[in-house]
Amino acid sequence: MSAINNSSAPQTKLLWIAIALLGAVAFAIVALNRGEAVNAAWLVVAAVCIYFIAYRFYGLFVANRALGVDGARQTPAARHNDGLDYVPTNQYVLFGHHFAAIAGAGPLVGPVLAAQMGYLPGTLWILAGAVFAGAVQDMTVLFLSTRRDGRSLGDIVRAEMGPVAGTITGIGILLICVIVLAVLALVVVKALIGSPWGTFAVFCTIPIALLMGVYNQFVRPGRVGEMSLLGTVLLLAALAYGKTVSETPALATYFNFKGETLALLIIGYGFVASVLPVWLLLAPRDYLSTFLKIGTIVLLAIGIIIVRPDLQMPAVTKFIDGSGPVWSGSVFPFLFITIACGAVSGWHSLIASGTTPKMIENERQIALIGYGGMLMESFVAIMAMIGASIIHPGVYFAMNSSAGLIGTTAEQAAQVISAWGFVVTPDEINQVAKDVGETSIMSRTGGAPTLAVGMAQILSSYLGGRTLMGIWYHFAILFEALFILTTVDAGTRVLRFMIQDLIGNTIPAFKETTSWTNNLIGSALSCAMWGYFLYVGVIDPLGGIWTLWPLFGTANQMLAAIALTVCTVVLFKMKRERFAWVTIVPATWLVVCTITAGLEKVLSPDPNVGFISHALKYGDAIAAGKLLAPAKTLGEMRRIVFNDYIDASLAAVFVLVVVATVIYGLISIRKALGNPQPTAMEIGLAGAAVGGRHA
Amino acid sequence: MPDLQALFDESASAMRAAGYWSTRTARLMIGVPDYETYVAHRQANHPDQPIMTYVEFFRERQQARYAVGKGRFRGCC
Repeated sequence: MSAINNSSAPQTKLLWIAIALLGAVAFAIVALNRGEAVNAAWLVVAAVCIYFIAYRFYGLFVANRALGVDGARQTPAARHNDGLDYVPTNQYVLFGHHFAAIAGAGPLVGPVLAAQMGYLPGTLWILAGAVFAGAVQDMTVLFLSTRRDGRSLGDIVRAEMGPVAGTITGIGILLICVIVLAVLALVVVKALIGSPWGTFAVFCTIPIALLMGVYNQFVRPGRVGEMSLLGTVLLLAALAYGKTVSETPALATYFNFKGETLALLIIGYGFVASVLPVWLLLAPRDYLSTFLKIGTIVLLAIGIIIVRPDLQMPAVTKFIDGSGPVWSGSVFPFLFITIACGAVSGWHSLIASGTTPKMIENERQIALIGYGGMLMESFVAIMAMIGASIIHPGVYFAMNSSAGLIGTTAEQAAQVISAWGFVVTPDEINQVAKDVGETSIMSRTGGAPTLAVGMAQILSSYLGGRTLMGIWYHFAILFEALFILTTVDAGTRVLRFMIQDLIGNTIPAFKETTSWTNNLIGSALSCAMWGYFLYVGVIDPLGGIWTLWPLFGTANQMLAAIALTVCTVVLFKMKRERFAWVTIVPATWLVVCTITAGLEKVLSPDPNVGFISHALKYGDAIAAGKLLAPAKTLGEMRRIVFNDYIDASLAAVFVLVVVATVIYGLISIRKALGNPQPTAMEIGLAGAAVGGRHA
Repeated sequence: MPDLQALFDESASAMRAAGYWSTRTARLMIGVPDYETYVAHRQANHPDQPIMTYVEFFRERQQARYAVGKGRFRGCC
């Protein structure tokens, strides 16, 4: 780090010039090359150089100059040190903790979906968005929370912008939770439909977790390493045996489910897991999924560097005009909404105001952990983009377009997709399915299966060859399903708390979280909320992801807009308005993006984009007694109309939440400008004031 | 000629350090902070009060990680 922090020495200057040149060359190759296939290694080199330069020349500038981190100021970890929640922690260890907490399914799925426009538009946003918006948001919220004893985002908004703005933020967080859980569960369902191998392996995680839980509670308490090793070995055994299950018809029928059944199973599972004692199921699965997640990310990074595959997807496809089959809408705002987490994720503002600020040793480490952590997340998104772009574009579209568009046989799909300009034969589509040990890979929307095919191609070409491709494919599915389901368990509990808190305002007895009745009712309500959207997504004739992912992206970007607004307000209240542009610029972008996306989702006259025009189209058809594909009955038609109105209302609420937050933000900024004194509600004194010296 | 013994000792201690730090990082990733740090903190600041054993400490941290409460969001995106 010392080389990064000190650029005065001539050799350090030379090093930075070299990084800049290398990055520029790699970036030019990625961005300007037309016609020939670009090697994924250039993308990695360009991204890594950009991250280093961004960290050194922008991240540190924002931390030191704009925020004014104070190395001599006491952090909550020192002030409240209890060896448990508040512990001054080595910055690299804490970086690992923070990264493990922010990394999830979002940056893996978003870029895969964005690849329908080609790899370039998405890549540009993943890089620029992370550097100027995402990483700035994560770091600033981490900074604000560190200066406020590790308070949550909601509390910070309440304190700095008033109780009404706080409540509005609370509603926003509740809605994003519901949508996140539904859309992530949908990704798992879409990956497991009609896949006995994958379903068997994912099912096995439950008894394996129970066994680990019992082992850790009664046999060897606290031995996480042993327990995780045991779990990993059993998991790999289940994965290998899954092949046999899928090839034995008598066994395969037990694990061959329709989407509806899988959705109900996951909803039921979410309920049970959220009321069981945590040591039994939730904790052991969480441990397993955390280690598997980090391990797989490292494995994938090594794989990309060793294999250096060529990108098959064109830099820009014709779907840049917004007519793509994976999701609808133009580059602005929907590309940004689709990528969401890999570039800027509102969800991170909840994590950066959670456990991490309570463990910061010194404010000077906030840049590495907050800004650096997000750059790492952005790199995961780049790897996902590579994973989606190295597979045959025809296969990519076969996997990510709904059956309503490309039909249900490989012949139909090949014909439709070839007509789009991505020439592919039915054999090529079938061969991929055969390689990965599935009966069909068509219309496996949701991103996870596509990424799994990409990962299987990379990993099998350095570990195991084609024979192991099926194992690697299902390993990738298992890895995503495992940590998504862990999010579902943990998220259901968080949602339960928020519901209890909200209802508890009118019925105080409902706030009591130790009451079993309350827990059961709260869990049921919370599962019902996300379960509704999940089920609707599964039976959605348009494929669910098409409808839900843009809503999820809008919700996520809405939360980022709120977080960056409160960051801006606090900069004004700290009398640092000179530097407030560092958050004003990304906040403005996100506000414009979210409002445009929300309004288009509600009002667009294009039925592919706007929920209301879509509902009207189907409503008119019902009135005329006609059936519109992909609906097959009038009942399905009515369901589409009803869901459209629900989705439109949600999108409208997102817009209102953003508008209200901006108004409250502007009022607070006006007040701050009118007051000659700093008014930010910080806890603790500046380092100089307590006689500390600058570290 | 390089001192092989010293080289061996150095790499062994580097490996030990790497193992030590990665274990700590892996533990904190699942919400379990350093037990030795906790014990040292209790001994230094609350010498008259009981100190949890490692197992008690682990269970307390496990409960706390999933305690239904504010500010405990994790992994989505």
